[in-house]
Amino acid sequence: MLKIQNQMRIRLESRSVNEGFARQAVAAFLSQLDPTMEELNDIKTVVSEAVTNAIVHGYRDRLGYITVSVRLFEGRTVEIKVRDQGCGIADIEQARQPMFTTGDDTRSGMGFTIMESFTDRLRVRSSPGHGTLVTLTKTLAGRREGSV
Amino acid sequence: MDNRLILHYSGELDQHAARKAMDYAESLAVLYPAECYELDLSGLTFMDSSGLAVALNLYRTLQRSGRRMVISGCPPQPMRVFRAAGLQKIIPFEEEATC
Repeated sequence: MLKIQNQMRIRLESRSVNEGFARQAVAAFLSQLDPTMEELNDIKTVVSEAVTNAIVHGYRDRLGYITVSVRLFEGRTVEIKVRDQGCGIADIEQARQPMFTTGDDTRSGMGFTIMESFTDRLRVRSSPGHGTLVTLTKTLAGRREGSV
Repeated sequence: MDNRLILHYSGELDQHAARKAMDYAESLAVLYPAECYELDLSGLTFMDSSGLAVALNLYRTLQRSGRRMVISGCPPQPMRVFRAAGLQKIIPFEEEATC
């Protein structure tokens, strides 16, 4: 079991204006690991995808709370959990298929594909009527000593 | 140079911004019947999969009426998102923005 070195948690209302806040907050917290620009952008992108899913799909008919928690483990491993208490996903395998979406035309159906490509591990647990938990794990290579 | 309409996007393109961006692009496609639409993304500071939907919807709308679309000046972060989705195989990309 890896040792936790630092952690944080934020709770937001499921308003689309909060998508930007969520990814910026996670990026700001991760800056202590001195990640590369590409690593930071990848993390911002996957947080945006997971939080957007919670807003658009989880809470499609109502406003609710989304919890974003981040744990930093030894060895520069980052774990991000995005949890909602929304409607849940009936068929996770189907939801993870590229181009599949139950959203409107602003959704491309590529959210899970992007989360998978930009992290080392993506886990989705969902219970219809109770909510969804998305766990994203990525180990940062980070900057070498002396690099700019 | 073909008859080209350039749409310049700047700032962050996420789901919050996507509806407006999409409606704007679609209404321009109706108002200005150019042969080619250039989506200049050089001013984007962030894009997630919502940007893919904006680009793909405009591409399909234009294709239905026999018009072309190119994406220009795409910064590295949005480019990684396009690549992860394989969209660069469908929509043509130009390195430099026209203006």
